[in-house]
Amino acid sequence: MEELSIWWTDSSLWLVAAGTFLLSVSAAVVGSFTFLQKRSLVGDAVAHSILPGLALAFLISGTKDPWWLLLGALISGWLSLMVMDYLSRRTKLSQDTAIASVLSVFFGLGILLLTYIQNQASGHQSGLDQFMFGQAAAMSKQDLWVYMGLSMLLIAISILFYKEFKLISFNPDFAVSIGLPVRLLRILQNSLMVLAIALGIQAVGVVLMAALLITPSAAARSYTDRLRSMILIASLIAGVSALIGTAISFSAPGMPTGPWIVMGLSVIALISLFLAPNKGILSRVLLQRRNQRKISDENVLKAFYHFGERQGTLAKWMELEDLNKVREFRLEELQAALKRLLRKGHLLRQGGRYQFSRAGLDEARRIVRLHRLWEMYLTTRLRLKSDHIHPIAETMEHIITPEIEAQLLEDLDYPEKDPHQSPIPYQS
Amino acid sequence: MSMEAFYIILTGALVAGSAALLGSFLVLRKMAMLGDAISHAVLPGIVIAFLISGHRESLSLLIGAAASGLLATFLIELLHRKARLQEDASIGISFTWLFAIGVLLISAYTGQVDLDQECVLYGEIAYVPLDQISLGSLGSGPRPTLIAGGLFVLSLSYVIISFKGLKLLSFNEDYAKSLGVRTQLWHFSFMAMVSLVTVLAFEIVGAILIVALLVVPAATAYLLSRSLIPMLVLAVVLGALASFGGYYLAVALNGSIAGGMVSLAGALMLITVLVLRFQKAKANPKALK
Repeated sequence: MEELSIWWTDSSLWLVAAGTFLLSVSAAVVGSFTFLQKRSLVGDAVAHSILPGLALAFLISGTKDPWWLLLGALISGWLSLMVMDYLSRRTKLSQDTAIASVLSVFFGLGILLLTYIQNQASGHQSGLDQFMFGQAAAMSKQDLWVYMGLSMLLIAISILFYKEFKLISFNPDFAVSIGLPVRLLRILQNSLMVLAIALGIQAVGVVLMAALLITPSAAARSYTDRLRSMILIASLIAGVSALIGTAISFSAPGMPTGPWIVMGLSVIALISLFLAPNKGILSRVLLQRRNQRKISDENVLKAFYHFGERQGTLAKWMELEDLNKVREFRLEELQAALKRLLRKGHLLRQGGRYQFSRAGLDEARRIVRLHRLWEMYLTTRLRLKSDHIHPIAETMEHIITPEIEAQLLEDLDYPEKDPHQSPIPYQS
Repeated sequence: MSMEAFYIILTGALVAGSAALLGSFLVLRKMAMLGDAISHAVLPGIVIAFLISGHRESLSLLIGAAASGLLATFLIELLHRKARLQEDASIGISFTWLFAIGVLLISAYTGQVDLDQECVLYGEIAYVPLDQISLGSLGSGPRPTLIAGGLFVLSLSYVIISFKGLKLLSFNEDYAKSLGVRTQLWHFSFMAMVSLVTVLAFEIVGAILIVALLVVPAATAYLLSRSLIPMLVLAVVLGALASFGGYYLAVALNGSIAGGMVSLAGALMLITVLVLRFQKAKANPKALK
């Protein structure tokens, strides 16, 4: 409880929390475009590549002044972008190899410089290693104000250029054709990305920075198809995770902030990707199962109908073996479908024999009608041969909506028979 | 050259050589970033294996690393195929998450495990000569050097034995399939070897810099050569060169040796790219503009 009361009373903690919150949100906003342009791994490489810039800035200036460090970070971040671009476009190296090479070489150089600084007498307390995994609590008040101001500037520019960025992310060719300065906009966007990374590493460090850039957007993407709401949700997720990370790193001194923020982000992202309504893995699986069940129910009804048609009467008790004369079913599939159809009241049962109910007969007629209507449509309108059309209709019968059915009926002028001369059943 | 310097350079060269052999195929197959993802993702497995076994015995490390490596591949596939998340983001999310878990475990159990953040970041090649092990009548040698030697022999024999399969897989996978080559087998054995190198090199150069040893000498060799065998030989030579020069660079700067090795490998790549550009400019002055 003592820790909690420190939280409430110490104003500098609030400032740090606000700082990491803003840093993370600005990274998430800029990162949404990085994510959409499928440049997550480029972002990762830039984050790692900032390390030597920080170290050199410290070596040259001799201070940890945020402006110097940011300058170093921006220069080496931009340099890494240009080298990656050059390697993948002007040499025979693939983009993938270019990214991996730049990432690891810049990082290695950064490590060499950093250890050099640390092993010097004066550099021992430089605390540059906080940039590795982030140490929010180590930020001074003045630094925080600078970082917070810049984060807000980043967010403001992203809002200002929202429309342009959206366009070059989704349709760069169109953007060129309407006369947008796409090259300049890309340079601006890259600069924003590098700046967002340079700022974000204060909170999460260089190694895990990529997560702050892309994980919020990936999570948000599973809730929405609209860019605006995606960015809002991503910012929210990033902000919440930043607060969680800061809180934990304050209550357990020595714990780096970055991994905790990333932990928060990843857990939220994984939960979203699994459980989000509509686009989550779970609801996709459920939807797929529901569709499969619907299809197998409809196929069983159809098989009963076909058998009845062959017998000349639909009001007849039918056995399960009869079904296999019409269509082959897997036993479990058939039994599950029968159970569902009985529950829905589409079939009636007496001992081992089955008969249509009123509703079931209507439903069976509807499916057969759709199948035969579609076959008609394929032969008369699309001029397909009548021996080619059955498999297509077999799929379509489960998909056609009442609206399309009405249109088909009108278009084909309520036909009596299908191309194979079977009658098309209408409601009795 | 002192005995210590010799052991360090030899260990570095053996690790870099093994990495270069396998990394060449990573580069050819355009899978370099996968090496990066694996090397991050094995961290939690390694730390948990440390925590359970309490020492750096290579076998338990391997099991732990294999488990978390598999988890990473599974997670990437799951997100990509089932959640329809784009591939780069699937990779990015999976490996940053696993790496974060690894770092958190290390911070939480500092003092209980003989492992720290520095080791993760740039390894402990400087301590190689200290870890002596007796070999009976053969005298004694540093344990990491012996492991690195074993790794190099293993990588070399793997590449020689599976040369044909790897070559087909790298240059024309569809053709290989049509010939009836079991591409899945080669793919999995290859990925297993890459993981093995990553795990064994972890202690020596750290989790992040191993990517440099896998990719950079191989990419440089790829730029300089026109056929596979010269490329492989050149990659190994470049790796060894990076180890040799990197050691002295690091000593001169009093910095991390692994960092020095990677910086030198990067410098070699930079020189190669510049020389190639210069040659191209000389051969065809108009082509550049």
